[in-house]
Amino acid sequence: MIAVNELTKAFGGNKVLRGINETIEQGEKVVVIGPSGSGKSTFLRCLNLLEKPTSGKIIFEGYDITDPATDINKLRQKMGMVFQNFNLFPHLTVLENITLAPVTLELMNREAAEKNAAALLERIGLSDKAGAYPRHLSGGQQQRIAIIRALAMNPNVMLFDEPTSALDPEMVGEVLELMRGLASEGMTMVVVTHEMGFAREVATRVLFMDEGLIKEQAPPAEFFSAPKNPRLQDFLAKVL
Amino acid sequence: MVMQFVDNFLTTLYKTVIAENRWRFYLEGIGNTLMMTVGASLIGIVLGILIAMIKTHHNNSGKMRFLNWLCNVYTTVIRGTPVLVQLLIIYYMIFSSASSSAAPYIAALAFGLNSGAYVSETIRGGIQSVDKGQTEAGRSLGLNQSQTMRLIVLPQAVKNILPALFNEMIMLLKETSVAGWIQVVDITRAGDIVRSRMWSFSPLLVSAVIYLVLVVALTSVQRMIERRLAASDRS
Repeated sequence: MIAVNELTKAFGGNKVLRGINETIEQGEKVVVIGPSGSGKSTFLRCLNLLEKPTSGKIIFEGYDITDPATDINKLRQKMGMVFQNFNLFPHLTVLENITLAPVTLELMNREAAEKNAAALLERIGLSDKAGAYPRHLSGGQQQRIAIIRALAMNPNVMLFDEPTSALDPEMVGEVLELMRGLASEGMTMVVVTHEMGFAREVATRVLFMDEGLIKEQAPPAEFFSAPKNPRLQDFLAKVL
Repeated sequence: MVMQFVDNFLTTLYKTVIAENRWRFYLEGIGNTLMMTVGASLIGIVLGILIAMIKTHHNNSGKMRFLNWLCNVYTTVIRGTPVLVQLLIIYYMIFSSASSSAAPYIAALAFGLNSGAYVSETIRGGIQSVDKGQTEAGRSLGLNQSQTMRLIVLPQAVKNILPALFNEMIMLLKETSVAGWIQVVDITRAGDIVRSRMWSFSPLLVSAVIYLVLVVALTSVQRMIERRLAASDRS
């Protein structure tokens, strides 16, 4: 579904990604972990071109997204993204947040989009918040709404950029719960996170990034019990 | 003593404003000043939005290099020279064949061209004050750049821009007082004309009071809008 070939990214002289090769198949739940500054968020943000790669290729469903001739807006509709800081639109109600893109892009008429949004809100138990503005919601509620805002586009893959890092501890659970639900429904997911429990339980594959490279990858059982790379052993010793 | 002062004051006021229909000058002056202020504000806002869009787009994507360069030259020249010099150049050099009745409109255009350079920075600042994550969220949903700007960034930027725009309008109102240099009868010129007929300086005080009233009125509108915006933050 996503094929990454020799991806590099430099900010000025600072090489953040030094040649990533990776393939993500449909239905996989890939969790990316690594120390801060390892390039994991940059890697994720390259996948939907929020960061422009310095070199290398990213193929999504057969389209080269790094090719300037590719209609990136069209492809992004199929790649949902969830941010650390939620990034809900503060001037719009919850319902408007969810329906803005599908209606503007004419994927649905307003009525259908609102019906769909209502169903999604129902699913996360926030139907009563449809008319509320984001600032009146808790962080956990905001992030769950950000997730269903992305789901409202019917994406084929969901990218999560540290979705629980900005949350108070007591709100992490509700967001992970929703992500678990998505995973069990078969959504393809790429998740950058520090939640090792989530990685262990939900991931089909865990990647360890360090110094702009994927240093090790394995199914979670093997990844956590028998790490080979010394940097990974060191990292796990600190976070577990 | 007090009675005499009041009497003097009323007599002077009568001579300055009412005698020989002098109020007509002030009325014409108010009309022209307001027309120039409103006209220049509109031109300035349209121009300012245009320049801010070009600069923001250039900064984000690296495209539109020539237009961006042109905008930079424009803002540098406008901000680097006095508005009166700009007004004189536009009136005597660019519109040298225009009839004198067109002068107020030419002045409005000149003030508008001047204002645009300042307004563009205000608007650009307002756009930049919106968190980058908002743009990223919009783009990640598949919205293109202009949809994201129009539906997500600008509505949030307006809140930061509006108070500054009112400031600009208040400045413009007072700046138009140099329009007399090209024979526009604005509030300042009106006072000056009456002064020269009366051999007294009191008409200048009348001009000053008219400006003051207009500025205070504008300021109270500005306050009202700011209060409304603040209220929408709380609700």
